[in-house]
Amino acid sequence: MLHIVVCIKQVPDSREIRIDPKTNTLIRTGVPAIVNFYDLHGLEEALVLREKYGGKITVVCMGPPPAEKALKQCISLGADQAILVTDRGFAGADTLATSYVLAETIKKVGEEFGPVDVVFTGKQTLDGDTGQVGPGIACRLDLEQLTYVEKVVGIDMEKRRITVHRHLEDGVEVVETALPVLLTALKELNKVRRAPMPGMLKAARYKPIVWTTQDFPNLDRSKIGLKGSPTIVAKSWVPEQKTVNTEMIEGEDAQTKAVSLVDKLWQTDLPTKFGWDRPAQA
Amino acid sequence: MAEEANKQPEQKPAAQPADDMPDWSAYRGVLVYIEHRDGVAKSVSWQLLGQGKKLADKLEVDLMALVIGDNVKHLAEEAIAYGANRVFLFDAKELKSYRTRPYSRASMKVIHEIKPEIVLFGATATGRDLAGAIATHLPTGLTADTTELDVEPHPSRLLLASRPAFSEKMMATILCKQYRPQMATARAGVFEALPRDPNRQGEIVQFEFAMNESEIAAKVLDFIQDQSKINIEEAEIIVAGGRGLGGPEPFKMLKELADELGGVVGASRAAVDAGWIKHEHQVGQTGYTVRPKLYFAIGISGAVQHLVGMQNSGIIVAINRDPDAPIFKAAHYGIVGDLFQIVPAITEEVRKRRGLSFLQEETAAAKSTTNEEGGIRV
Repeated sequence: MLHIVVCIKQVPDSREIRIDPKTNTLIRTGVPAIVNFYDLHGLEEALVLREKYGGKITVVCMGPPPAEKALKQCISLGADQAILVTDRGFAGADTLATSYVLAETIKKVGEEFGPVDVVFTGKQTLDGDTGQVGPGIACRLDLEQLTYVEKVVGIDMEKRRITVHRHLEDGVEVVETALPVLLTALKELNKVRRAPMPGMLKAARYKPIVWTTQDFPNLDRSKIGLKGSPTIVAKSWVPEQKTVNTEMIEGEDAQTKAVSLVDKLWQTDLPTKFGWDRPAQA
Repeated sequence: MAEEANKQPEQKPAAQPADDMPDWSAYRGVLVYIEHRDGVAKSVSWQLLGQGKKLADKLEVDLMALVIGDNVKHLAEEAIAYGANRVFLFDAKELKSYRTRPYSRASMKVIHEIKPEIVLFGATATGRDLAGAIATHLPTGLTADTTELDVEPHPSRLLLASRPAFSEKMMATILCKQYRPQMATARAGVFEALPRDPNRQGEIVQFEFAMNESEIAAKVLDFIQDQSKINIEEAEIIVAGGRGLGGPEPFKMLKELADELGGVVGASRAAVDAGWIKHEHQVGQTGYTVRPKLYFAIGISGAVQHLVGMQNSGIIVAINRDPDAPIFKAAHYGIVGDLFQIVPAITEEVRKRRGLSFLQEETAAAKSTTNEEGGIRV
């Protein structure tokens, strides 16, 4: 039996955010709030593991009260319970402060609902894009940490060891480690299921457990929110496009243009640098 | 690991106003983590040393490198050749493959001992994994995925770490005023390495690694190198296609040109999202930042998200049907027309020219007088 905690975040769909060309500011109105989709892949994998090994899934989310909707979505997909950690004091948190609150939350989940064996986070969030909260949580809870997981091979429940495939830039690493473990999920991990009708009905009635700073008597106030965040956004701007001297290549037909372009390239140091002055290898 | 984290009390001058910076004079120098696989360095490591040198010069401090691995002394020497003054080296069999716990413990030991003011990592899977763990242990601020790094000179000495935000639509500069060291991960392909100078002098400081294999839970069972996988960040010639290709099939045409030039195929987000080609080919937004010597943008209109990913390329060639496509503003050479005619014509011309040069060499050797065109071309 596994107790799996899935950390999720409700994010604005940053792909939908546009820049106002006049003021150079972000237009956020009408941008939908969604569950960070990497987190949904973490939840899906938790569901698969629960089917295989039994156990329960607790979903946790730090965010403002409307994030309740994101937690309900997780319930509809099959999570057993959901916890919203919300407080004005948490606002303005960077990854360091966020990982502190989530780690404290997971600790409390373990105390109240049984020891936690596996924690999932997404590989990164769509709005922050840092990929730092997962390692931050693992570090604070002293969990083993396996990031960029594209496949969970299996868990040896007796030895309490898990084997996964990590997706790296140059290949795939097969690695095994001990439970409890924190995994960060890639979208290659699985295909997220659709919520079944009974799940949707359950979610409609479900009220997430809400924890505020009051529920954490030992919380260090200097480590949360803006105060607990070492990084400060000093300024932001719309990047200027580099200007280059463009030479348009004219010509009667495609072939003339092609010859003309290749002439230009041959006048540079590229042919010697890349061995174009020798025939290509057969 | 916990005891190491506790050695250093958390620097938290709670009573001070935000802009009144604590005395950080004990923290000096720029440290770059040298990432590698089996002793072969990732090029981002040398690129970071290149940028790190600029920062260190501006701050008038040492540029330092951190090398962790098994049989990696040569990397320490290479780091000096690429600009480091001092290299901290952990060389032990337990450190053969990257694993978070032993690597972060080794890194923490160096950081606590030498107290750098800036620590940089590649924004790779490993770099992000390791930096995330270290920043939490210290604790300090960590800025992810930066594409610009600068420093304010003495006395503030602040790292100005800038990164794309909101799907690359904006840039933001992030500061870490109240904690040290200041940490950042930086994208591959954005910064330029210094020319390798094997005669540069520097100091290598060897550290003992005091962790037993039995204390490390994680075991790397296998590494499956993906032969088919392209490493677009390291490519020097990229032939990239976008929405204008209309489907997966025309990428074969791009591959032919890439093969002829000795390059790899790239793609815009539109082509990847449409499922025509895999994500590992994607340049720009949520893809890779590249800086090849030659970049072909074929059927790519040139959204800002794409441009930021490729605008540092040496020579940019744009081919597009639409004369008003924004890509032409970023390109050194532009061709307006039907890519389905132009691309094969370029491939054919390159092929011909390469064969021709070969013939010329032979003819030149035989006759010793042949002008460039050689009269062979019909």
